[in-house]
Amino acid sequence: MLALPKKELITFLIFAVVVLTMPIWLTPFGASYPGLLQKFAIYGLLAVGFNILFGLTGYLSFGHAAFLGVGSYAAVWSFKLLSMNAIPAIVFAVILSGLFALVIGYLSLKRSGIYFSILTLAFAQMSYNLAYSVLTPITNGETGLQLTLQDPRVLDLAFSERGAGLPLVELFGVDMAGYGGFYLSAILLIIGFFVAQKITLSPFGLMLKGIKSNQNRMKYTGFNIRPYTLAAFVISGMYAGLAGGLLAVTDPLAGAERMQWTASGELVLMTILGGVGTMFGPVLGAWIMKYLENIFSAFNENVLHNLFSFLPEGVQEVAVRFVALFVGEGWHLTLGLMFVLVVVFLPGGLMEGYRRFVNRFFNGKKPKPRVPDKQTQPAE
Amino acid sequence: MSDQKKGVSRRRVLKTGAAGLLATGAAPMIFTRGAWAQEFRNNPTGSEVVLGFNVPQTGAYADEGADELRAYMLAVKHLNGEGDGGMLSTMQPSSLGGNGILGKKVTFVTGDTQTKSDAARDSARRMIERDGALIITGGSSSGVAVAVQALCQEMGIIFMAGLTHSNDTTGKDKKRYGFRHFFNAYMSGAALAPVLEAEYGSDRQAYHLTADYNWGWTQEESLINSTEAIGWQTTKAVRTPLGAGDFSQYITPVLNSGADVLILNHYGKDMVNSLTQAIQFGLRDRQANGKNIEIVVPLFSRLMAQGAGENIKGILGSTNWNWSLQDEGSQNFVKSFGAEYGFPPSQAAHTCYVQTLLYADACERAGTFYPPEVIRALEGHIFDGMGNGPTEYRAEDHQCFKDVLVVRGNQNPSSQFDLLEVVQEVPRAQVEYDASIFGGELGPYEVS
Amino acid sequence: MDAILVQFLNGLDKGGAYALIALGLTLVFGTLGVVNFAHGAIFMIGSFVAVAFRQILTWESVVLSETELSPWGTALEIRTPYALEWFGDFGNILIDFSVPIAVLLAIPVMYLVGISMERGLIKHFYKRPHAEQILVTFGLAIVLGEVARTFFGANPIPQPMPEAVRGAADIGVLFGMAENAITYPWWRLIYFIFSLVVIGAVFAFLRFTTFGLVVRAGMSDRETVELLGINIDRRFTIMFGLAAVVAGVAGVMYTPLLPPTYSLGMDFLVLSFVVVVVGGMGSLPGAVAAGFLLGILQSFAAMTEVKEIFPGIDQVIIYLVAVVILLVRPRGLFGRKGVMET
Repeated sequence: MLALPKKELITFLIFAVVVLTMPIWLTPFGASYPGLLQKFAIYGLLAVGFNILFGLTGYLSFGHAAFLGVGSYAAVWSFKLLSMNAIPAIVFAVILSGLFALVIGYLSLKRSGIYFSILTLAFAQMSYNLAYSVLTPITNGETGLQLTLQDPRVLDLAFSERGAGLPLVELFGVDMAGYGGFYLSAILLIIGFFVAQKITLSPFGLMLKGIKSNQNRMKYTGFNIRPYTLAAFVISGMYAGLAGGLLAVTDPLAGAERMQWTASGELVLMTILGGVGTMFGPVLGAWIMKYLENIFSAFNENVLHNLFSFLPEGVQEVAVRFVALFVGEGWHLTLGLMFVLVVVFLPGGLMEGYRRFVNRFFNGKKPKPRVPDKQTQPAE
Repeated sequence: MSDQKKGVSRRRVLKTGAAGLLATGAAPMIFTRGAWAQEFRNNPTGSEVVLGFNVPQTGAYADEGADELRAYMLAVKHLNGEGDGGMLSTMQPSSLGGNGILGKKVTFVTGDTQTKSDAARDSARRMIERDGALIITGGSSSGVAVAVQALCQEMGIIFMAGLTHSNDTTGKDKKRYGFRHFFNAYMSGAALAPVLEAEYGSDRQAYHLTADYNWGWTQEESLINSTEAIGWQTTKAVRTPLGAGDFSQYITPVLNSGADVLILNHYGKDMVNSLTQAIQFGLRDRQANGKNIEIVVPLFSRLMAQGAGENIKGILGSTNWNWSLQDEGSQNFVKSFGAEYGFPPSQAAHTCYVQTLLYADACERAGTFYPPEVIRALEGHIFDGMGNGPTEYRAEDHQCFKDVLVVRGNQNPSSQFDLLEVVQEVPRAQVEYDASIFGGELGPYEVS
Repeated sequence: MDAILVQFLNGLDKGGAYALIALGLTLVFGTLGVVNFAHGAIFMIGSFVAVAFRQILTWESVVLSETELSPWGTALEIRTPYALEWFGDFGNILIDFSVPIAVLLAIPVMYLVGISMERGLIKHFYKRPHAEQILVTFGLAIVLGEVARTFFGANPIPQPMPEAVRGAADIGVLFGMAENAITYPWWRLIYFIFSLVVIGAVFAFLRFTTFGLVVRAGMSDRETVELLGINIDRRFTIMFGLAAVVAGVAGVMYTPLLPPTYSLGMDFLVLSFVVVVVGGMGSLPGAVAAGFLLGILQSFAAMTEVKEIFPGIDQVIIYLVAVVILLVRPRGLFGRKGVMET
């Protein structure tokens, strides 16, 4: 049940070590603080889940952010109504987003290709628009759903008095806002990664890959593929719900923007950026996107002047001007350029780049040219 | 929280190559917190104090955010005794001496709110957790202000709000650690009503178009209350989706509804688009009930007025501050901002500049950075010379009470920045309200 | 009744805009098989052609006054537009008609933008998976938006329409109704007619020219056409240029209605894809029909009578229609089997 083939086991162990030591190796990158570490773990989990659907079946969902949002709302409501403990929040988040995914998946999977993509996009945008406006009593709209001093929290208040300030999310007494939240998310990410590996290797996973490479052949053999794709959709929706729940656990506020199409698009992009269908690629893509968003946007001219202070006055000014185009308020430009460059030069994402690198320098083999194979194209 | 995992020396950071190089800007700050025992988060123990400026740098309000950032950098200069000192010389009372805050040099870090609650909280957390920011300030929307304010309360960091106009910020969602200098929707309504009565009479039918989210609703509610109090009737209040772009389908029903005033509870791009399109539909050339149809934009901003161009002419609205004010504080500020950047500041820039000075002054008066003491120093503080006349930071809800400007789109602008003319400075007494009407609770001074 | 008629008009002019954007997108997809996420960005560039043209026309000579100071303490600037200095009254006319003139200007500019995009980037992606096309064109869209922001800022920039066509036309009178029963802005009527003309021109071009014949043949069976020894590549480049022109002029004409910002491309991106998919991927009549259908339904959904029955319907109508149509008709209104389904 828990066994993995040797090669996969090594991947898994390396992955686990990399994730758990993030607070150490991210320090020189200026990214080792709880807020961002949590985001790394959580968005990694989201990308792993998304890859189960997109990477294995080739169905490109453009509305996955909706499940993230549902998970967050469910978790915050659990804090408000029941208890500040993280466990019920996470359980509710996963269950509710799973149900939500079941409904949307059932309808959307009636179609394939771009028609499927647009259906998921439409459902997600409807959820977002309604959450932002008329559903405000449930979602608190623009501001986002947050805790208040008057929340009932029936389970907690049955055992203790209401404190003066807002309560903190905890798990067995550990505060979830700081490193506690990161380690919880990291452990769930590692478990999620393991489950994804198992799914990929299982007969079910092989079936999904079969659907991706040739749907028609599968159909002709008398196979009803929909239960399989639906299962993949729901599983991947539950991953997203778990990620959404964790977002709320580490920072108890659920904003409607989480469900917007740009958030779904971001998820698609991070997956492709890292490498669709690879185990580690989507996670890597997620980390890079979050790093750009949080660290690159923080460089202002002051920081740049300090950075280039070793240059002579005139050159320094030019360097700062130039670099300022790409960082701070220009971080979007860096993002856009990176997409273009990666796709042009590294089709298959960063993991493909890594493979080429290894092939060239360690195996002495020429990198295999990528054969555009219509048959194994992802089915968007 | 303060268990910094690994100490890394500056030299080692440099050695880690290009990526490490990028991080050096922030790395030294990692040290200023952590290791030493502290009685509150981000207690500045070195010779510097770090302020966190959280403004929209991307998205629809990027220009407004850029202007806020300019004002912050100017405030930092003035606090450190550089430049001409701006409002430092007009602020009364003032404990600021141009030698930083409590003798420590003021530095800053910046972040991008993207005008999204999530992103704004992320970047605020970075500034607090990594860069050791002592306060967070800035922002250009109420949703973000409320979200970041709640985070700051949890973390025990003071939040000095930037541009946020919803009643909720200092009403239902008010927080002990959050302070707002900017005015709010209630004040807009209360200030506009008497002017509207004088200009358009007391027998009017108002039609509201309202952006369909929290801020829009509070403004619609405030405006309906205050205009009905002067005898107007509300024909209809229609909600429009945020970012609708084309508002024609909402504007055409106004024409034959019998209403003779259209109130646009929109801000930013929505305001620019709906106002532009309403004028194209000939609304202001038409009559209803024997009167000219008028348009009112309750919350004006000069930056947005630029986007609406000609269409803004003659339209009434309210604003927190305008650079054409003639008092000494405003003049000083406009001069030093203009000398630095070559154009006059916006109201967003003004409120951010003032907030920074007020915080610094409160620390000086409290004699410490310890947040509960600084909060007590701000609560109930009465000051003058900051461009809005005598102003009070009300203790009950952390809202500033001051005169509100009713403005009109300038018919004959003398420059591309001279878009609004002040019709009336409505005195504070007319816009004041009881702190209890919006509910909410400030919460405790001490946080764990 | 009047209210319904007016909303129908609103729908027509909105639909015209949607149809124009979707048309270009479908042309690119149908001919080149490329999912172009940068199509909205092309619309945005078009609108900034109008902005740039007007800014050039209103370029001012700036003389710093030696005696007077501006209120913010710098030397007072005395500004005179060069156009007035050089051309006098004719300069004024030029400025007044900047938007219609910019349409003419946008045709060559957008054509160049289109073919350089195709030659420089898109052509390498014909045989790549759609996921990669999406990523690269999305990246391109971000880059184009940011470049526009660097030059023009994030604030909307107003583009007035010519003086002569400002204000609203009294349409009701034409149908024998009372005065002012139905008024509609001249510019929106012009936009609607303009969109019909452009759509008609594109269809005629494809229908009645040899070039169009080859392209249509290429759309349905590229390989056979290539076997016949026809250089389809060059024609496809031209088609991409044409699609850019269609989106670009649509953008120029839209500026008086919607002061352009750099995010315009992203704002229209999702919408244009929904329109194209509802119409059926690769179907030109489908794109046009879906554009008008969605425009009209969106207008009706905004009526308070409708909103009272379905709260929030105007927030979701576009997506709701997309869901219903795709569930009832598997390939949209006019989609062909097998296109973008695998």
